[in-house]
Amino acid sequence: MSSGLLSLSHERIEQLLAGYARAVARRRWQFFAGCVIMLVLTLFAAHFGEVDLSYLAHHIAAFTSYFSRILPPLHFASFRHDVAEWYWNLGGWLKLLLDTVLIAYLATLAGALCAFAASFYAATNLSPAAPIRFAMTRLLEFCRTVPDIVFALLFVAAFGLGPLPGVLAIAIHTFGALGKLFTEVIENIDMKPVEGVRSTGATFLETVRFAAVPQVLSGFASYALLRFEINVRSGTVIGLVGAGGIGQDLFVAIRKFYYTDVSAILLMIIITVAAIDVVTGHIRQRLAGLEATR
Amino acid sequence: MTQGARLFAPDGAILRRHRDVLPNGARRAATRLGALILVIGTVAFAVWWLDLGADQLGTGLRQLGKFVALMFPPATGGHLMLFLHAMGETLAIAFLGTLVAATLAFPVSFLAAENTAPSSIVRFLVRRGFDTIRGVDVLIWALVFVGVVGLGPFAGILAIAVSDSGAFGKLFSEAIEEADRKPLEGVLAAGGSKVVAVRFALIPQVLPVLVSQVLYFFESNVRSATIIGIVGAGGIGLQLSEQIRTYDFDQMSFVIIMILVTVAAIDWMSARLRHAVIGPASG
Repeated sequence: MSSGLLSLSHERIEQLLAGYARAVARRRWQFFAGCVIMLVLTLFAAHFGEVDLSYLAHHIAAFTSYFSRILPPLHFASFRHDVAEWYWNLGGWLKLLLDTVLIAYLATLAGALCAFAASFYAATNLSPAAPIRFAMTRLLEFCRTVPDIVFALLFVAAFGLGPLPGVLAIAIHTFGALGKLFTEVIENIDMKPVEGVRSTGATFLETVRFAAVPQVLSGFASYALLRFEINVRSGTVIGLVGAGGIGQDLFVAIRKFYYTDVSAILLMIIITVAAIDVVTGHIRQRLAGLEATR
Repeated sequence: MTQGARLFAPDGAILRRHRDVLPNGARRAATRLGALILVIGTVAFAVWWLDLGADQLGTGLRQLGKFVALMFPPATGGHLMLFLHAMGETLAIAFLGTLVAATLAFPVSFLAAENTAPSSIVRFLVRRGFDTIRGVDVLIWALVFVGVVGLGPFAGILAIAVSDSGAFGKLFSEAIEEADRKPLEGVLAAGGSKVVAVRFALIPQVLPVLVSQVLYFFESNVRSATIIGIVGAGGIGLQLSEQIRTYDFDQMSFVIIMILVTVAAIDWMSARLRHAVIGPASG
């Protein structure tokens, strides 16, 4: 056995093993301490969150049967008839779905336009004055931290039921979210054109128009498209609080246990969101291509 | 432009040869005009279809102005303990929801990663499963779970756990796919089984990434947990929707400030933890 293999002296091996044990012991101890902290936090949170596992165990059947019940009874023999029955309100739902997409469209456009105007004041490299920049970043932060559904709740109380509060709520949230992304795009631009334009004595607006905008436009469009996709998703849920779109019917279907309606509407939402995902993804890729060739 | 035009004037040869690389003024103007008409036309159609009226906007804004005036100064209305308890509930929902989602998604994500999936059919099915779960918004999951376990924070925990397990499954499996193959091959070559290879070659590589993603989702779930109360799934959202319904706007603004402060504090803590986790791995 003592052929060509590397052999270490006995003491050396023990020394190395002891070193390894020490190193591992420290990590094991850290891991163990982390586990204990997590466990304590979990128990504490479980107490606060009123977790009742026995209740869940008793009602887990209700959960699984819920999913079997929302599935429509489709038979091969009468397939067309069954689908027609399942989608008995296809026309109405399609209209509501169009509502949702249009709400998202208007909100994205309005939010993106406002964010476009605001972002040049919020960017560190272009902003005309520090106080304006500070105020603008705080405003954007506020608009994106308050969830859009909270705005929707408030606006439904103010404007009444319908799509208008939904458009406004999503637009405000979009303004905050896109404003931050736009600001980051602007902060990453090449400053040489800016300096060039500034050196000719241009005003702030002229500098923005001729030095910054041409550099950032495709990036902005890409982010706005991504946001549109997110907003279509939000557009499906703001109906839960009465702010228009397909969410209203979904809410009623879930609350009143119209089981097959739930799956029919959910499937339509998932397909619509996936389709918009694909289309905007395609456009975004083309925009990225434009960016690369420029 | 005029200088350019003069340069090309003597004979159009240079211009003709490079026409396809030069911007075509007329065509670009036409595309721009077309796009503008499309955008504005869609806006007009949307306004007509959704029946958005200026009078509704006017009366609503006046109403909103009254609400905003009522919001100041923010007041607890003597319910401070209730609000703090609801905030604690919200944090508990976010914490447990994220933890359960990560624990559920972690083992399953190996089935969805290209380099560890047992077969491409399993991988395809698991991926589509994750996509479907992700396709349904957390608020809708909350509604469903309120129907299953009743009103309260427990429904919120389950909603976040289920809806995020889809997102985690996708992100985790992508992280696993990006891992370096060489350590895996090394362990396999030394005679280790597949499970041992995953444990000693793959998990040490992906764990910091996964932990940082989990922390990031915890941040975002604190935000989600503030709203699922609106449909009855516990937390501060319940207070919020009650206050709007009863027009207690001074309390509402107090609760919103509480949410903003809590979210900022959690973001700050979690960002520090994330740097601590990612730092040694990347350094």
